[in-house]
Amino acid sequence: MDLLQQRKKKKLSYNISIYLMIVIAYAVVMLLSSQGKISSLFQGLLVPFCTYSILAVSLNLVVGISGELSLGHAGFMCVGAFTSAIFTRYMKFLGVEGLYLFVIAIIIGAFSAGVFGLLIGIPVLRLKGDYLAIVTLAFGEIIKNIANAIYLGFDENGVHLSLKNTMDLGLSDKGFIVVKGAQGITGTPHYSSFTAGVILLLITITIILNLIESRTGRNIKALRDNRIAAESVGISAMKYKLIAFSIASAMAGVAGVLYAHNLTTLTALPKNFGYNMSITILVFVVLGGMGKIRGSIIAAVVLTLLPEMLRGLQDYRMLIYSIVLIVVMIFTSAPSIKQYVEVFKNKFPKLTRNPVLMKKTKKEGK
Amino acid sequence: MKENIMLSVKNLSITFGGLHAVENFNLDIKENELYGLIGPNGAGKTTIFNLLTGVYKPTTGSITLNGVNKIDGKNTIEINKMGIARTFQNIRLFDKLTVHDNVKIALQNKYRYSTVSGIFRLGRYHRYEALMDEEALALLKVFNLENEATMKSSNLPYGKQRKLEIARAIATNPKVLLLDEPAAGMNENETKELMNTIKLVRDKFNMTILLIEHDMKLVKGICEELTVLNFGKILAQGETSEVLKNKEVIKAYLGE
Ligand SMILES: Nc1ncnc2c1ncn2[C@@H]1O[C@H](COP(=O)(O)OP(=O)(O)O)[C@@H](O)[C@H]1O
Ligand SMILES: [Mg+2]
Repeated sequence: MDLLQQRKKKKLSYNISIYLMIVIAYAVVMLLSSQGKISSLFQGLLVPFCTYSILAVSLNLVVGISGELSLGHAGFMCVGAFTSAIFTRYMKFLGVEGLYLFVIAIIIGAFSAGVFGLLIGIPVLRLKGDYLAIVTLAFGEIIKNIANAIYLGFDENGVHLSLKNTMDLGLSDKGFIVVKGAQGITGTPHYSSFTAGVILLLITITIILNLIESRTGRNIKALRDNRIAAESVGISAMKYKLIAFSIASAMAGVAGVLYAHNLTTLTALPKNFGYNMSITILVFVVLGGMGKIRGSIIAAVVLTLLPEMLRGLQDYRMLIYSIVLIVVMIFTSAPSIKQYVEVFKNKFPKLTRNPVLMKKTKKEGK
Repeated sequence: MKENIMLSVKNLSITFGGLHAVENFNLDIKENELYGLIGPNGAGKTTIFNLLTGVYKPTTGSITLNGVNKIDGKNTIEINKMGIARTFQNIRLFDKLTVHDNVKIALQNKYRYSTVSGIFRLGRYHRYEALMDEEALALLKVFNLENEATMKSSNLPYGKQRKLEIARAIATNPKVLLLDEPAAGMNENETKELMNTIKLVRDKFNMTILLIEHDMKLVKGICEELTVLNFGKILAQGETSEVLKNKEVIKAYLGE
């Protein structure tokens, strides 16, 4: 029990470090911002930091914790963004506005993206590895393209939906078109703020950290490590992979809500909801470390900030990303490099502490 | 005294392509018995385990647990819930997780609580987590693994990994435990110790154990009954001492 207690403490301090990191960053930003010391460029990045952090942390649940390669994460973000913006935009048309609508929008975004995750997950999670990656990528693109083609309006007869044009909707005079095809949704109320983003990020992190230390989370990790063994102890692969996938999708949906209500115009572009975005999120996860929540956040923030600071290099952003991704993957998976890391670990045992060893050294030290 | 048959296999066969990996296999294991399944490499021993645990579906035959429960046709998860647990010839641990978590995961069926109560730490979460921690640790103690509880399971030495697999299987509280070459790769001392542990497990947890071994010497010490398998067929079956006297067995094993 001693050892277990020690390990729990270690985990707790890791978790606390994540919360502290976010809370301190938030406090510093708020302080500087109140003194007007923050550039407008940086100010504009505050909500995206939160959006991308939520996306990275939630994709980590699929890729790092569940061990499935998904390239369609931005698609679920798209679902959350559009469903919630349709709601708030229509409410605005009806003359109803207020922050409480944002709370409802978040619930709508999370729920709809979660349901999409579930429905897509059922057929798709039967596949593994590269096949799963390709199919999720395709689904992500499909979602984005559908969002791009939808015309949606309301009138006294209810909802009107078309994939052709605004005329095809057949709205009455009192009707209102919310989604205009490729032009998307314009005039979305601006509900997102850095504070809201930080709160949502904290909630996301709490859910994930609690999940991975619960029965469900352990079952998910067991399936990742050895599916056959997990089934031999009675764990249903489909059930737990689906749980991980839909929770992550719902969280991506929340990121979408945050994204949509930070802009006045919401359109589905390859840049924001396409595979480019999905891969960018994957880069955050890979660079931050598989299964490492804190790493995902740091990677998301740093890699969102960096290209903005190097505006001149904007065109090369994806190129730099790809190169960095390849380099990191080589470093983390090549056996020869792993060997070097092992040698390094053996030379400096203190840097790479093993809990069992740590106990001994601590006692001797006292 | 009437002895209860815990596991009964009738006419079990499976073919892969044209290969009859297991043919007309029959087996009756009594409750609380330690039963040996031996045979040369490729005889079909592991395949029988895979049939018993629903990994493969038999071409023909039936499997019954405890006289009433039909096993054939069920999937691995259902079979585990019905009371059959196994270890693997090629160790399959949850590599990246701790030794303790490996066992804790196997307790997931006994201490069920929902994903929601896990996420929000409500309801049974705290009580069940505490119970699981305790029970997993108690099991590790049986196998002398308690000092490695927080180690990553892939960092355990080979012999201990095998023990951990057994502990994990037992954590699912099975009626029948299937051990696939548990002593493979162990030296003589480790093997002896392991065999004692297996006996202890049988008595302590009141389990019926089917043990695959490749080495005849080993089985002699602990198994009450034996089946010898060769090329997918039963070569001999019965009480250990009788089987070991069987001419065909001696021929197949010693190549004389
Ligand atoms: N999934 C499979 N597909 C094809 N052949 C298999 C499969 N599983 C086992 N076999 C074959 O069945 C035979 C028995 O294998 P196995 O049960 O592993 O033997 P062992 O007695 O050494 O455990 C071998 O010839 C093996 O190649
Ligand atoms: Mg075998």
